[in-house]
Amino acid sequence: MKELLDLFLTFARMGGLTFGGGYAMLPILQKEVVENKKWATNEELMDYYAIGQCTPGIIAVNTATFIGSKNCGVIGGIVATLGVVFPSVVMITIIAAFISNFAELKIVQDAFTGIRVCVFVLILKAVIKLGKTSVKDAVTLCLFVLVLFGSMIFDVSPVIFVLLAGACGILAQVFLQKGGAAK
Amino acid sequence: MIYLRLFYEFAKVGLFAVGGGLATVPFLQDMAKHTGWFTTHQLADMIAVSECTPGPIGVNMATYTGYTVGGPVGSAVATLGLIFPSIVVILIVARILKAFRDNKYVEWAFYGLRPASTGLIAAACLGVAKIALFDTGEQAFLANALANIRWNAVILALILWFFMNPGMFGKKIGGNKVLKKISGLHPIFFLAAAAIVGIVFRFAG
Repeated sequence: MKELLDLFLTFARMGGLTFGGGYAMLPILQKEVVENKKWATNEELMDYYAIGQCTPGIIAVNTATFIGSKNCGVIGGIVATLGVVFPSVVMITIIAAFISNFAELKIVQDAFTGIRVCVFVLILKAVIKLGKTSVKDAVTLCLFVLVLFGSMIFDVSPVIFVLLAGACGILAQVFLQKGGAAK
Repeated sequence: MIYLRLFYEFAKVGLFAVGGGLATVPFLQDMAKHTGWFTTHQLADMIAVSECTPGPIGVNMATYTGYTVGGPVGSAVATLGLIFPSIVVILIVARILKAFRDNKYVEWAFYGLRPASTGLIAAACLGVAKIALFDTGEQAFLANALANIRWNAVILALILWFFMNPGMFGKKIGGNKVLKKISGLHPIFFLAAAAIVGIVFRFAG
């Protein structure tokens, strides 16, 4: 019980202190989880991050589940995960209540109209950064372009594109590997 | 049963949004279109709020959406929905850690998934551009695009882009120490600056 409480509080503290999630959280995880609590080694942490990249969901959440389950089993995984999201849930709920009460004010509308411009620029920057690591060759470039235009033209769920792209990735690699072996 | 629906919709996001953070945005845009729970304008505001508060962006988005749809309970339900698939998948993967990491099919699938996820986010980015830089409804967008462009927003976007990416404007500008420092600032500073510009220049019209 004491261990579970410790897991919850430690992850809640980290969730409440990191802005931006994901990679922003790595240095704090290293300090708290590896150095202070010794719940995982640096190598394990890097493994969790790598797997967090190739599993659905949010990396910070995935890492919390990993470390919790490693130390206290399934319950530990759930407790650590609830801990990491707890501060966000409380804080955002308060902000959401605040915004919905003030959304009608002219000054708030002016501010958010300016903020939306910045949101666009921030996402564009993130897309370019993501593109540099994910678009590496002709196949990945094709997939990027097809999904970009496909999702704008056709009114279907992004889920379809994710499933198709995963299948295309496997097929393309099978084909590439066979071609390489034939040579 | 609105809570069940919230849980289900966000569980779907949690299961298919690969690569964390902004990967949830295209799914939320889709949700805005099909559920009517929030508008694309509100979604852009949510992204801004998420950038300014601690915690993973995806979780913040789920909480915010959940709240606007179903109050405090809605925010808890949506967040639980979002993290539910992750918890299940990770608890399974944790048992077969090495086999999963070294599996070539997993690696190959992600070879295709990553550019697709980037493409989805790029399309979402254009969706945000449409509401941020243009003054128009959904209908006949292309025909009226030029007439409805909001030049003050475009100028603000270019200025923000310059300060966030000085490295793209040649070595001399990119090497400038002050500019370099500014470009490394947390997004919260740029969002605050954009808010002030919006208020001073009465962006909402």
